[in-house]
Amino acid sequence: MVSLTDAEKAMRDGAEGPAVAKAMDLLIRYAEALDAPDFVYCNNIAGVPGSSPKWVKDYYKEDGGDYRAVFSRFDLDSDEVVDVPRMNGFSCHLQGGMDPELWREQGMTEEAFANFRSDEAEVAAHGIQVMKTCTPYLAGNVPVMGEHCAWMESSAVVFCNSVIGGRTNCEGRESTSAAMLAKRIPNWGFHTDAFRKGQHAIKVEVPVDSIFEWGMLGYFTGAAVEDAIPVLSGDISDAALIKHKHFGAAAASSGGVEMYHMLGITPEAPTREVAFGGADKGETFTYGAKERAEVYERLNSIGSSRDVDYIMLGCPHYSIDQIADAARMLEGRKVHANTELWIFTSRAVKATAMASGYDRILAAAGAKLMTDTCSAISQAVPPGTKVAAFDSAKQTHYLPAIMGIEGWFGTTQDCIDAACTGRWNGGLH
Amino acid sequence: MATTATRKPDLVIRGRKVVGGVVEGEALATQQTISGWGGVNPMKGEVIESRHELRGVSFAGKILVFPGAKGSSGWSAVFHTSRLAGMSPIGMLFTITTTKAALGAVVLRVPSMTDFDIDPVEHIETGDWLRIDADAGEVQVWKGGRP
Repeated sequence: MVSLTDAEKAMRDGAEGPAVAKAMDLLIRYAEALDAPDFVYCNNIAGVPGSSPKWVKDYYKEDGGDYRAVFSRFDLDSDEVVDVPRMNGFSCHLQGGMDPELWREQGMTEEAFANFRSDEAEVAAHGIQVMKTCTPYLAGNVPVMGEHCAWMESSAVVFCNSVIGGRTNCEGRESTSAAMLAKRIPNWGFHTDAFRKGQHAIKVEVPVDSIFEWGMLGYFTGAAVEDAIPVLSGDISDAALIKHKHFGAAAASSGGVEMYHMLGITPEAPTREVAFGGADKGETFTYGAKERAEVYERLNSIGSSRDVDYIMLGCPHYSIDQIADAARMLEGRKVHANTELWIFTSRAVKATAMASGYDRILAAAGAKLMTDTCSAISQAVPPGTKVAAFDSAKQTHYLPAIMGIEGWFGTTQDCIDAACTGRWNGGLH
Repeated sequence: MATTATRKPDLVIRGRKVVGGVVEGEALATQQTISGWGGVNPMKGEVIESRHELRGVSFAGKILVFPGAKGSSGWSAVFHTSRLAGMSPIGMLFTITTTKAALGAVVLRVPSMTDFDIDPVEHIETGDWLRIDADAGEVQVWKGGRP
């Protein structure tokens, strides 16, 4: 049985209103499912509260078919519809379904856009930050070391745990929506010290320095350790936010890694002993020239035609330095007539990109800078796309499978060159 | 709920309740973990992940026996959607507890168990008949179908 404080009992019993009571009820059922002893206080929540496609609203037609109905019945898994007040915790909305301006180019209907607008107005009216990104840490939500968070989005979860030292499990839609009201999350998994220790070792024997190399190492790591916690050591250098972002997203998609340690690089791995919580455990995997070549081959096994019609950058959402790099590579060039180049980021980063003039460089080259979503989330690609190319191992993992298209994986430069020539000329150098 | 079985179960497995309740039905078993978002079509209750041994198979109306959940944090929402579509499993047995599988079981509202004395993934096959009494922490198994 999960033990409750007096304040938690009062919330469950309705002292803070029916929505908080429903939220607490769901969180108690969830804590019992996990066999968690109690709750942690949590004031940093990132999810997708209440947003839903039209058919879900129609499903709850008898309950009013509105945000209130969806939030009550789906998000809080409540049998009754309750009034949903402004959220109590610091609450952020992660990625959504379409670009607020370029939705027509993404193939969205007027009806879907109207539904999107209405959901967004509700999200804002309920005190939820409209970040609309898979990278909240680049848009105004940077946890601190040890902070208890309740985040969705596997690439953000692995970043929070590993790079920042924040503490979050891979939460779901219902648990994050409930936590936004109750400011509690089960004290289980990554909230506890013991759970955060390394379980397998990865020895890196080839130089891993660029973002491309970090992403391939991430893809290897996930496949090797699945959802366990790896401790990486060896020839890893030039750490930077964007490299961790790519590494973690890749490891979370090929395996399900929710936390990793890099010796001397990530905050909970000052020494091997601290990272493992004692002596080395589990298996030791080696990442050498052979493994590197195999990862590259695996990521490129779904490409056969070198005539590329779609280049997608921005998975996870591009940071401002990645947009700056892409703009430099594109300056004075034109996207090929048979090719589309879409670059995805958050609205916050797009604002900086516009202030810095990158949007004009991208537009002059014929590239589109989009926000809120990505091709995998929105299942939106340019019409007629048969062959796509990516600089993201995660997007290469997901999009071709989701859309039934071919895909290539390479460096950002490979991708920009393909966008401008219509031909894929990437290769492992 | 009284069992419809007329003979003793071939196997009894004990474990921990994830979501309470009693249910009886046919097992759909897999040795592989299951992805929710991108791995399941909730409108059909069907596994769609390429290279998955259950690809093209629906879990609707079955008791899903699997090692655990993997992939996107959208796991619970996808299984929750399968409940809306009337295509959800009627019970779940999984061996690895994750937030995804636990929350998914909660919002599916079906009897679910984990932390077993005998590994159900090893001992239960598709087509076996199961009776889960999650509150009592017990799974009864009849090999080969309805007894």
